[in-house]
Amino acid sequence: MSSPAPVSARQITRRRRAAAWRRNWALFRGHRTGLAGLGVLGVFVVIALAAPLLADADGLRVTQATGGVLEGPSSEFWLGTDDNGRSLLTMLIWGSRISLLVGLLATAISMLIGTVVGLVSGFFEGWTSRVLYRLTEWFLVIPFLPLAIILAVVLGRSLLNIAIVIGVTSWPATALLIRSQTLSIKERPYLERARVLGAGRWHQMTRHVLPNVMPMVFANTTLTVAVAILSETTLSFLGLGDPTRVSWGSMLEAAFGVGAMTTGMWWFIAPPGICVVLVVLSFTLIGRALEDVLDPRLRDRR
Amino acid sequence: MTPLLALRGLSVAYQTGEGRLPAVRGVDLVVRAGEVVGIAGESGCGKSTLASTLLRLQPKDALVEGEVLVAGRDVQTMGWGDLRALRWAQAAIVFQGALHSLNPVRRIETQIAEPLRLHEPDLSAAAVSARVAELLEQVGLPATRSRVYPHQLSGGQRQRVMIAMALACRPQLIVADEPTTALDVMVQAQILDLLSGLVRDLGVGLLIISHDLSVLSDVCDRVAVMYAGRVVECGSAEQVFTSPTHPYAQALARAFPRVGDATARYAPAGLAGDPPDPLDLPQGCAFAPRCARVVEACVEEEPPLLQVGGRQSACIRVGQA
Amino acid sequence: MTTLAATSGTEPASRPRGRRPSYGRYVVGKVLGALGSLLFVMVVNFFLFRVLPGDPARSLTRGRVRTEEQLDELRAQYGLDQPLPQQFLTFLTNTLQGDLGVSIRYSVPVSELIVDRLWPTVALVGLSTILATVIGVYLGMVSAWRRGGRVDRLSTGATLALYSMPEWWLGLLLIAGVSVGIGPLPGIFPTGGLNSIDADPGSLSGLLDAAWHLTLPVLTLTLAYLAEYFLIMRSSLLDELGEDYLVTARAKGLRDVEVRRRHAVPNALLPTTTLAALNIGFVVSGAITIETIFSIPGLGLLSYEALSIPDFDVLQGTFLLASGAVIAANLVANLVYGLLDPRVRT
Repeated sequence: MSSPAPVSARQITRRRRAAAWRRNWALFRGHRTGLAGLGVLGVFVVIALAAPLLADADGLRVTQATGGVLEGPSSEFWLGTDDNGRSLLTMLIWGSRISLLVGLLATAISMLIGTVVGLVSGFFEGWTSRVLYRLTEWFLVIPFLPLAIILAVVLGRSLLNIAIVIGVTSWPATALLIRSQTLSIKERPYLERARVLGAGRWHQMTRHVLPNVMPMVFANTTLTVAVAILSETTLSFLGLGDPTRVSWGSMLEAAFGVGAMTTGMWWFIAPPGICVVLVVLSFTLIGRALEDVLDPRLRDRR
Repeated sequence: MTPLLALRGLSVAYQTGEGRLPAVRGVDLVVRAGEVVGIAGESGCGKSTLASTLLRLQPKDALVEGEVLVAGRDVQTMGWGDLRALRWAQAAIVFQGALHSLNPVRRIETQIAEPLRLHEPDLSAAAVSARVAELLEQVGLPATRSRVYPHQLSGGQRQRVMIAMALACRPQLIVADEPTTALDVMVQAQILDLLSGLVRDLGVGLLIISHDLSVLSDVCDRVAVMYAGRVVECGSAEQVFTSPTHPYAQALARAFPRVGDATARYAPAGLAGDPPDPLDLPQGCAFAPRCARVVEACVEEEPPLLQVGGRQSACIRVGQA
Repeated sequence: MTTLAATSGTEPASRPRGRRPSYGRYVVGKVLGALGSLLFVMVVNFFLFRVLPGDPARSLTRGRVRTEEQLDELRAQYGLDQPLPQQFLTFLTNTLQGDLGVSIRYSVPVSELIVDRLWPTVALVGLSTILATVIGVYLGMVSAWRRGGRVDRLSTGATLALYSMPEWWLGLLLIAGVSVGIGPLPGIFPTGGLNSIDADPGSLSGLLDAAWHLTLPVLTLTLAYLAEYFLIMRSSLLDELGEDYLVTARAKGLRDVEVRRRHAVPNALLPTTTLAALNIGFVVSGAITIETIFSIPGLGLLSYEALSIPDFDVLQGTFLLASGAVIAANLVANLVYGLLDPRVRT
């Protein structure tokens, strides 16, 4: 039998990874809830991207509001109007952008800090690792909202600051997860072989540990986005967001402000909340499906 | 005298998404009091499944045919009340992997006492403690260590705890599933000595299941070799280890080097190929694809267990050139 | 809300040779750890206002017109003109003595305010946590036993939905539905406040009246947080049900029910304890939004009121208290866990 043409190690890894991705995707596809989540999320992403086409941006301006104040649904305003006469449907559509954007930005910050801290504290030995672990534990204990409130007050009210606040308060959970993953990967034989072959720490971390940690990071990211969007909604509801921007949380803040729940204005209270639930639920379902697919131990359980 | 254990035509199959998976296919076996019987085979030959049926511990989706007679009564068809009374009191199992087979957050004295309290509820607390201490002494563990947790013991000590626990209700039959796996060789020898000592002193019957033929040859009176769910060779331990007749048993015996036998070092000890996929068993003899002595007749029909001298072998080529 | 796998990291065992494990040593270790956390929180508390970019005095008065003299006065009042280590020392000694500053809004010492407003929050958080834990753990247990059954699928679906909604939105819906009434259904519960106008807070009837007012808020928080306990217990028990030692237990002659009750469930409760303790942080956070919605005069509403001014000393005080409560809850959970699981005492 003739030997095949020599293939480089990199090509082999690439092929293996591609095969792994295809396998995981096939497994994911079998998950009905995960697919449902993906579908719902897709709808919202499309709405967010197509916002200018679906609703006139002028409808967000208080000065250009054409409707009556706090009107119920009508043929002109499908979801009624808010306390400034703006179309609630328009606000709902444009609000999706804020929720998704801030959620994703906050997650990016959180994952960045969490991954770096988790990798370093898991990979290195000695007091660097121990100090980082203690720090992570201490931050994990601090309750989210009180800290977020203080940070938001000090930094000022803006969406970027909200993203920063959420990112800075939610990295510990990710860091712990990645740390434990790193610790278990460190024990594996191929890492020892790499060390013996002379691989430096940086090379080990980026070429060996990181690619193996990535799948769980990915699953964790999805779940982090869910929490981030919930947090943004809450912070906007408390009035810590940008007063000039419309988000689902700020819509609910206005609803609460006018006592919409005591006057039966369900069209003001329900839709923004339902949107939040749908988006968060879809991210949660996707994340759980990913966890099932990527962590073989969980596969038989759920 | 009724044998302690009698398997008659035992077959176990799993109903999986891909079809019916036969794990055990028609096994007959007998264990009598004072006897040590061994079952040898690689992973996947069905010996663990077989062990799980002895006290009806097999998974719910397993389909069992045939009879599993413990002290003359069929374990698979008796009522649950009778079964629970029989479990541990008539026959007990020493499971492999003691660290996972023991509850990690309970003291070993509690775990050893548990079956005692269950089967002999009239015993006073003092009597239970005394019995626990007695059992620990019997397996060579100091009674003062009864209040420790499993993770505080070494592998060998944990295995002794499993044996002590199995003896709690004075069963007549003990089944040891891979009792020496994952133990050091020195500790293996100690455990085996302990087990054969117990058979001698208590007159119990012992069934040892292991992939390690050398372990079985040391302790057992009789050995049955399993392959692809069937017994392919059965005889006295000496016969099976030193002069096996079935080609698979021969390969298995050859795989263990003998000290002093110079030729063993040069002969190829491994066996090519893999055990067959139970979902896709070959026509005829299951070992035929790997056998060096295969002929046409082998693939036509599955050879039955034939009586050859003082032993049994499932090969039609026994005695032929 | 934490992902289920997030906190599975454990510190590699580094037990010094020759020392026998003991619960006492474990307790001391955990208490020291808790004190360290507390100190860290105080450090964070201090630095939040002073080290962030910008002039603290300006951020204190953002959005209001002020002159340079007023800013200088403010700086002197808060001791911002002193060197940083000195400020920290002052802050530390003050805090440890119970001096948490003065509220800008109420002109009353913060510690007094906190004591005044403490019990509604304690009642709210305490009751909700207990109910959420008991109901969530029980439902999780039943769901794991009958995995795939109707109870399981219903519970899992419902809790995932509850898990995905902001607890305060649930509160708004409940107010709209149950307090005010939809269509023919009458409103049952009060829409807010702790006491009716005519109730005497000190008397028994006043207490019952307060309890009546707290019903909906407690219900809201309970529903919102039982999801986490449910999911954790269910996952934990499903894990345990696959373990080998349960086969041993069955082989001994125990009934299935006994095996579950005596072995599987107690062992499954262990990880539930630790993860449940972490959840306290979110219940405390939830108290802020729920008290805001239902106008319950507790610490949560206090924090919300302090937002707009901003009433810094109040914010600092409540932050410290909230963190302290979570640290204490975690300590208790750790100590209980140490009693139950002998493996961590090494």
